[in-house]
Amino acid sequence: MSETMRGIEKLTEADYEFGFSTDLDTDIAPPGLTEETVRLISAKKDEPEWLLAWRLKAFLAWQEMDEPDWTKLQIAPIDYQSISYWAAPKQRPVLDSMDDVDPDIREMFDKLGIPLHEQKILSNVAVDAIVDSVSVVTTFKETLLEAGVIFCSFSEAVQDYPELIKEHLGSVVPVRDNFFAALNSAVFSDGSFCYIPEGVRCPMELSTYFRINSMNTGQFERTLIVAEDDSHVSYLEGCTAPQRDENQLHAAVVELVAKDRSEIKYSTVQNWYPGDENGVGGIYNFVTKRGRAHTDAKISWTQVETGSAITWKYPSVILQGDRSVGEFYSVALTSKHQQADTGTKMIHIGADTTSSIISKGISAAQGQNTYRGLVKILRSAENARNYTQCDSLLLGKECGAHTVPYIEVKNPTAQVEHEASTSTVGEDQLYYCRQRGMNEEDAMAMIVNGFCREVFDELPMEFAVEAQRLLSVSLEGSVG
Amino acid sequence: MLHVENLTASIGDTSILKGLNLDVGAGEIHAIMGPNGSGKSTLAHALAGRDGYEIGGTVTLDGVDLLEMVPEDRAAAGVFMGFQYPVEIPGVNNMYFLRTALNSVRRARGDEQIGASDFLKGAQDAMDLVEMNHDFLYRSVNAGFSGGEKKRNEILQMAVMQPKLAVLDETDSGLDIDALRVVAAGVNSLRGPDRSMIVITHYQRLLDYIKPDFVHVLVDGKIVKSGDHTLALHLEDHGYADFVNHDLDDAPLTGAPA
Ligand SMILES: Nc1ncnc2c1ncn2[C@@H]1O[C@H](COP(=O)(O)OP(=O)(O)OP(=O)(O)O)[C@@H](O)[C@H]1O
Ligand SMILES: [Mg+2]
Repeated sequence: MSETMRGIEKLTEADYEFGFSTDLDTDIAPPGLTEETVRLISAKKDEPEWLLAWRLKAFLAWQEMDEPDWTKLQIAPIDYQSISYWAAPKQRPVLDSMDDVDPDIREMFDKLGIPLHEQKILSNVAVDAIVDSVSVVTTFKETLLEAGVIFCSFSEAVQDYPELIKEHLGSVVPVRDNFFAALNSAVFSDGSFCYIPEGVRCPMELSTYFRINSMNTGQFERTLIVAEDDSHVSYLEGCTAPQRDENQLHAAVVELVAKDRSEIKYSTVQNWYPGDENGVGGIYNFVTKRGRAHTDAKISWTQVETGSAITWKYPSVILQGDRSVGEFYSVALTSKHQQADTGTKMIHIGADTTSSIISKGISAAQGQNTYRGLVKILRSAENARNYTQCDSLLLGKECGAHTVPYIEVKNPTAQVEHEASTSTVGEDQLYYCRQRGMNEEDAMAMIVNGFCREVFDELPMEFAVEAQRLLSVSLEGSVG
Repeated sequence: MLHVENLTASIGDTSILKGLNLDVGAGEIHAIMGPNGSGKSTLAHALAGRDGYEIGGTVTLDGVDLLEMVPEDRAAAGVFMGFQYPVEIPGVNNMYFLRTALNSVRRARGDEQIGASDFLKGAQDAMDLVEMNHDFLYRSVNAGFSGGEKKRNEILQMAVMQPKLAVLDETDSGLDIDALRVVAAGVNSLRGPDRSMIVITHYQRLLDYIKPDFVHVLVDGKIVKSGDHTLALHLEDHGYADFVNHDLDDAPLTGAPA
């Protein structure tokens, strides 16, 4: 083994820096999932009858469904009865003043680098902080309301804006969409809700920060963003979890509705606990994210996935309106024993719709990385265009990269382009950087960040910096 | 300044450098010429510390043993190599690369870090020196650069890094006449009492612009002849045949020179 390869291995053995857990006084439901559990969750949240009925319908559907089969993924069977479906820090109700936030929770977020004091917050980013199943605080709510923008926890929205929720919940991801979406629909706990009224450009970045804290709990959050005609919003989500030996399940659903000429930009930096170097523990991240773009609307997904033991997610766009645009920019890093099966679905329905997909997969140590993407052009989609570019970077000999594109074209006027590449970080690149004085670790981080450049360029500034840092940290001890 | 004694380099069973001796004094420029495959680039890599060779002998820079050091430590000690084939690093901004490089060696030497705006100023001056459009700062390192642009970029990096010892491996290859003049002017302006240079080249015309103090002929892993710049003129007329025939008793003579 060359010195370089040894260096890479050393690099990819880095420790997870957010692995601490916080001792919070938590209200937690006993493990198990029955109709009673669903009723309990709904009751805890004081939900209207229609929502309970919706949940129960989803629960029935879920019981009849099977887990998706894990083509490339190696996964131990999940015992859905051993998971607790409700956990909430006891501090309640949600408080409006930052000063009222439980100091333990505040300290936890400080430690994560997400200060919840408004004066210290990243300028121009409003944060909804979610611990285990519930939203603990949402910042800048007032400022946003002045612009007409609603940004609150999902539970609050159910109470305060029931009509909006009723109209849009499940309109993009139906309850029966897939096994995990059905599960989420039955037991979802909390999440964020954003509503941007007609013609409004949201005055700040909106962001939700998810934290799993309790043991043996699943996290099932639900996010809904509705952008009315001619509006614009940029939304960010981040997530971490403590280091635990058991696998924890995270099955979220995100629905985006982009009305005519509106634009939704949705960015994710996912850093759930990935498990240790022997593959013990880590989050199972099974997420359904989809947006519907109406006429001349644009939906753009950007994701940086560095965490989780298993990532299974395909943020998608239904290009329903004419001239609508869908974009997917993704960096997925798998190190240690992480597995990622991620990509997108672009469903072209309207005429002159365009989609582009830029996927960067990085595999290190024993990591397995699969890009799985569907481009579907329906008969109605005259002159639809898609451009797909999938690049894989291998750092080491035991990792793997796979590209599985599905292309279905029903309209002969479509133009679909697909490019794929696989490369390794060349010893010559590392040597070049080192000859210029950089140590191996810095050189590796620089080269890998360069590989991801096109995707990072899509992220808002603060997130791009964070993403680069995360990538470097995740590569520490895993690369050579 | 640089002292090389009985330097050997091999890869597996292939021995490439076979006992090479060289002394380069402070402020001197030494040209190294020699046929393809004679080991010129290998010498440069051995000085820069590339992985993968078994190395023997002694190499010191100002009395400090280089052979024990990893490449980045040699860079911090003042070694710079202009690559015969500069490497592309897609997505990494040229300016960011250069500043990271400079600050890395400064950190290793215990010097202060240079901020973005001070750096930009210095980098732009260096670009003017090699007549490079400032746009190149914002492009990815060498990605999509033409052959000549890559070579200019190497000289730019040298100008920014201000090394003690520069080893330029065929920086003149692939340059048009104007570029050759520019690169040579860059090299000459960096010439100084505290800087030594080793210039590897196949063409005596470079030496019209960069007057070397010494010219060495490297054949089959050894320096077989040293002299002043007139040696290069001799080589231009006669090729390497003399040296190849005389100095390699066991080398097969493959066909007579034309
Ligand atoms: N990795 C390697 N494995 C085997 N042989 C090698 C390796 N690297 C270099 N060599 C051999 O060592 C010899 C010297 O190569 P080197 O690149 O130093 O020559 P050079 O003098 O720079 O030639 P040129 O003028 O063509 O640039 C060549 O025969 C080359 O094939
Ligand atoms: Mg060479």
